[in-house]
Amino acid sequence: MKKYLSIFMVMLLVLSIGLVGCSSQAPADTPAEENGEEATEPSADDDVIRIGVFQPITGANAAGGELEVEGVRLANELYPEVLGKKVELVIVDNRSDVQEAASAANRLIERDKVSAIIGSWGSGFSMAAGDAVRDNQIPAVAASATNPLVTQGNDYYFRVCFIDPFQGVVMANYAYNNLGARKAAIVREISNDYAVGLARFFEDAFIELTGDPDSVVAIADYQTGDQDFTSQLLNVNAQNPDVIFAPGNFTESALVIRQAKEQGIDIPFIGGDTWETPEFIEIGQEHVEGIVFSTFFTSETPITSESETFLAEYRKRYNREPAAVTALGYDAYILILDAIERAGVVDSVKIRDEIAKTQGFEGAAGIISLDENGDAVKSAVIKTVTDGKFIYMDTIEPF
Amino acid sequence: MKIRNTILTLVSIALLAAFIWYADSNFDSYKIRILNLCAIYTILALSMNLINGFTGLLSLGHAGFMAVGAYTTALLTMSETAKQQNFFLKPIVAPLATITLPFLPALLIGGVLSAFVAFLIGAPTLRLRGDYLAIATLGFSEIIRIVFTNTQNITNGPLGLKSIPNNTNLWWTFGLALVTLILIKSLIDSSYGKALKAIREDEVAAESMGINLFQHKLIAFIIGAFFAAIGGGLLGSLIGAINPIMFRFILTFNVLLIVVMGGMGSITGSVISAFAVTAGLEYLRVLDESINLGFVTIKGIPGLRMVVFAGLLMVVVIFFKNGLMGTKEFSWDKLINFFTSKKRFKKKEVGQ
Amino acid sequence: MSFELFLQYLTNGISLGSLYALIAIGYTMVYGILKLINFAHGEIFMMSLYFGFYGVSVFSMPWYISFIVAIGMTALLGMMVERAAYKPLRESPRITIMVSAIGVSFFLQNLAIVLFGGRPKAFPNVRLLTEVMQIGSVSFQRLTMIIPIVTVVLLFALLYLVNNTKTGMAMRAVSKDHETARLMGVDVNRTITITFGIGSILAAIGGIMWGAKFPQIAPFMGVMPGLKCFIAAVVGGIGNITGAIIGGFILGIGEIMLIAFLPNLTGYRDAFAFILLIAILLFRPTGIMGEKISEKV
Repeated sequence: MKKYLSIFMVMLLVLSIGLVGCSSQAPADTPAEENGEEATEPSADDDVIRIGVFQPITGANAAGGELEVEGVRLANELYPEVLGKKVELVIVDNRSDVQEAASAANRLIERDKVSAIIGSWGSGFSMAAGDAVRDNQIPAVAASATNPLVTQGNDYYFRVCFIDPFQGVVMANYAYNNLGARKAAIVREISNDYAVGLARFFEDAFIELTGDPDSVVAIADYQTGDQDFTSQLLNVNAQNPDVIFAPGNFTESALVIRQAKEQGIDIPFIGGDTWETPEFIEIGQEHVEGIVFSTFFTSETPITSESETFLAEYRKRYNREPAAVTALGYDAYILILDAIERAGVVDSVKIRDEIAKTQGFEGAAGIISLDENGDAVKSAVIKTVTDGKFIYMDTIEPF
Repeated sequence: MKIRNTILTLVSIALLAAFIWYADSNFDSYKIRILNLCAIYTILALSMNLINGFTGLLSLGHAGFMAVGAYTTALLTMSETAKQQNFFLKPIVAPLATITLPFLPALLIGGVLSAFVAFLIGAPTLRLRGDYLAIATLGFSEIIRIVFTNTQNITNGPLGLKSIPNNTNLWWTFGLALVTLILIKSLIDSSYGKALKAIREDEVAAESMGINLFQHKLIAFIIGAFFAAIGGGLLGSLIGAINPIMFRFILTFNVLLIVVMGGMGSITGSVISAFAVTAGLEYLRVLDESINLGFVTIKGIPGLRMVVFAGLLMVVVIFFKNGLMGTKEFSWDKLINFFTSKKRFKKKEVGQ
Repeated sequence: MSFELFLQYLTNGISLGSLYALIAIGYTMVYGILKLINFAHGEIFMMSLYFGFYGVSVFSMPWYISFIVAIGMTALLGMMVERAAYKPLRESPRITIMVSAIGVSFFLQNLAIVLFGGRPKAFPNVRLLTEVMQIGSVSFQRLTMIIPIVTVVLLFALLYLVNNTKTGMAMRAVSKDHETARLMGVDVNRTITITFGIGSILAAIGGIMWGAKFPQIAPFMGVMPGLKCFIAAVVGGIGNITGAIIGGFILGIGEIMLIAFLPNLTGYRDAFAFILLIAILLFRPTGIMGEKISEKV
């Protein structure tokens, strides 16, 4: 019996190693080989600048982490040097776990002696690393963590995306002005800080626009990982809203919209930046046609010259359209690089000061100016889905 | 003999204190964090071992109790301004907004609250046996998490809490781990503990010996929940940020894994295993990274670490059914006998 | 609530319930024989979806062939899991087997992440199954009709298997007493492996129906359906195949109706299943259809 078992175990391991070796996208990994080489043994030589990346590469949020890492790696490949020194990425997994995220950040700081940190997808993980970066005075730039708490009261945490309040207002304006909606319903992912925050800001903005405290007629919740939303949708539909705002993870959101259409609910759906992934359309199929959402960036009309570079290189390597968070991961990297260049020395406190001064920086996902909290103030893009593709509609400037 | 053992124990504690004192000022924050985690997991493993190992109840509710402890400790120690900052979506309920307590009372209140929750859960479910109890406690733990997600004006819902004061340091974690160790050890050695073991071995026989099954199980469950909450409170304060997603079933599983690997029913095993597993999981990170052998670079496979880890667990469960220590315990007498017969190695962990 | 709306809720409830029922049968089969909660059932279910997905998208098989292959591979996987993780522990305490079961599910989840990546994938869309139909004001996918039929057909097939075939007789013998069954000349290990194979086939059929209805697959997707279907099995009386189906429907319709009548509790929807479980365990531990079994000590 033991023999069988050990054979089984060994087979599984060999199989997994073999399969991953073949299946993982080659382009993403070729440059990483050079970067990862010395990761296990940090050397003290001064020719190398280390930038730490902590992301959920495994676990429940692996999808988001994977996309962001793609962007960071691409940026590193295009801009491998600053101040005449080689930039090395140290990528660690936080296993979609808060406790691991804190350890991972600490490990980057102490063991790998990184000068700056990028990450993490998921505000909760970023917040867990907050104390470590503040206490060790290592600047951290979050790519897509939109919860305001991430940067609040922490001088060392920054982000290259806008925060939830802005996005909520943008979508409320869209619903009110473009769709002419006077009654809105909200379907939100209750266990997701992003969705709950966004829903709240949308609600406030929408009520202010309509001047009617009862203009948000229904709020329905679901948990991350739920798959059946029919009863929530029927409840919401019973209140006859003009529009349904459904912030949440892209897989659940796609199922929400799909099930709504299958139930014969014909109310326009609007949402947030998380929707912009190819899987959203693959899962939602024709049912997500015509939905509208706000996001950071568009691949059709490049905002800056950096966007063009990014798009061209990304398409060349991956042969598909990049997701918004990929562009943001890219931006986080080039922003740090720019700050290092401006600082002129590899000193984390000076780098931090330079990051804080960032104004009008041209990133792939728009022009970044950081406010006093370290949050990016930038324009939002409104997109829709037509013929199975994300189509650019409008750009909304920050107020 | 007794005096010798007491002296040895005291010397070990003194040595441990000296080690902490040294580590506190000389280790970098990463190593200190790992050590803290080791000690916290010792508390968690000991508390779970009391329920699962010594009493033989398969309870999978640890994450829920930890959540109660972590949230209570966090909310009671956070400053008024920190709370205002955190609760920017929905204001926090009135009395909680202004209360700020020192660390220890907050931890203890968290423990007591969790013990109370354990009483509420245990009273109906502890009559269930085996698998049913496991699923029922797992269910309650999930319910606690769902409630915490939904009660935004108390827990801040899915946004979680941040700026939790970092009270946790090596003195707290190791100190409390030691206290837990001593308390659970003396509990196990008391007549009460013997009754628990009797229940584990044979419920019918235990009952016919006049042991009140339900009452004994409930007390073990409550004490376990109390220490689980202490561990949770320390963990929250160590990380500085918590959210409901942190307390998923996987957290319970991590603790269960430590207990099983160490040996269900062995305090020594739990302690060694807590250190080995926590530090080992960090060490296995190597598997996720690229390995440079000089002439060839093996590409890291993200996630392989967890596969190997789960595989290791399976190997331990299947081939070493009793874990590392079985139900054996460390004792000075055994150690000295061991050394007088053949000198081989010395254990770092301090058993009792 | 209008009657049409109520019918729509009910249709959705039946649709969801029949899916729960389908997967709950697999739980119940295994439990009936081994008295073991196969914690890995949810993960076997998850793997079947990936097998189906890769058959269509990578090996570009037609969906029906791919699904049949997926069912076969899942059965193999189930039997492999039984051989590796449960068979060596046949004589061990319950708690050890349970830990082993949780360990397997943890292992499979992580393996899936390494093999398939953490990003959710879209399950192939089979138009034939997902087309929307309309009767009166009630609209539903064709699947909603198909799943209950599949469930009932499988129910009768299984009842026939268990009650009228030699293998079924062996299964019943093993479920009563391993030792006696062995003495009577039943190959206990073979019977258990077959049971696992059948349980996994059911998980795979349930998985494919699930994938057609909720076309999204991810490594962690097996956890919640796994738990809920286990609850369905317990509610119906674990070990009882008919009970599993009744439990599945109760859970599915109950979840939907809870939200329909108490819209404020949407955030607590997942708690409903656990509360139902605890209530059943307290008031009728053997479930609705379960026979009174004395605990083996």
